[in-house]
Amino acid sequence: MLTCQQLTELVTEYLENRLSFTDRLRFRMHVGMCRHCRAYIDQMRQTVRTLGRLPAEEIPPEVRDALLVQFRNWKRQ
Amino acid sequence: MSDPTSNRRVSAEDEATVERLLAGDEATFTDLVERYHGRLLRLALLFVSDRASAEEVVQDTWLAVITGLPAFEGRSGLKTWIFSILSNRAKTRGRREKRSVPFSALTSADQGNDPAVDPSRFTSGGGWSAPPEKWDEDTPERLLLRQETRAAVDAAILALPAAQRAVITLRDVEGVDSAEVCNILEISDTNQRVLLHRARAKVRTALEQHVGSSR
Ligand SMILES: [Zn+2]
Repeated sequence: MLTCQQLTELVTEYLENRLSFTDRLRFRMHVGMCRHCRAYIDQMRQTVRTLGRLPAEEIPPEVRDALLVQFRNWKRQ
Repeated sequence: MSDPTSNRRVSAEDEATVERLLAGDEATFTDLVERYHGRLLRLALLFVSDRASAEEVVQDTWLAVITGLPAFEGRSGLKTWIFSILSNRAKTRGRREKRSVPFSALTSADQGNDPAVDPSRFTSGGGWSAPPEKWDEDTPERLLLRQETRAAVDAAILALPAAQRAVITLRDVEGVDSAEVCNILEISDTNQRVLLHRARAKVRTALEQHVGSSR
């Protein structure tokens, strides 16, 4: 039987679809019975989603304008 | 039943963008630059250590994108193509400055043995003694609206060992697929997963502390 602690070390392999058929089955059996681990996996999914929404910094207008000038020069050639 | 376009790596949208760029469409160029500049900077900083170098690498990348456009063959998507130009340049620059060690050499040191969750949160039998709370479906999104949460997540990523930071930034922040990440960082798929696992676990812990303290 998989423990909660062991499960937390297998989450990435699970989410990446890299567990063997048997391990996947054991993983899912545990999750079906354990709401704490369900909460953990859900937090992990939300963490990944949050990372995907981290805004990047904006381009400074003068850098953008300088690049546009270079684009124009290239176009003229 | 298979989608006839599924074998083509490049989307119709990418193709249209490249055509407009080749026609010299300035709005399309500005759009592209605004969409990717900050993301390229974030990626460049994985390979070079100071901001000035990273900014130069990004500017060089844009020039290479402009001049390379006619040769863009669409074997990969536009984003993948731009990212690979950036990462090649950033790697070269990092090596020249002798500030970066190949990620393949870092992975064993960076994998570490640190557990995903603090062992004190489990009983001796491996069950939860301090279980995670159930987050609302929109918890991270709601928190991300706040500057201090963004700063906390950024800080958690920045605190990671270099190889972990590179993998999580590419995979989860920038949405690069695992094969491409292995390609860019020159690491094995197994290493990539171990690094991703450690990195995600630490960011989750940081978010958890933040969720807790924001209530
Ligand atoms: Zn459990």
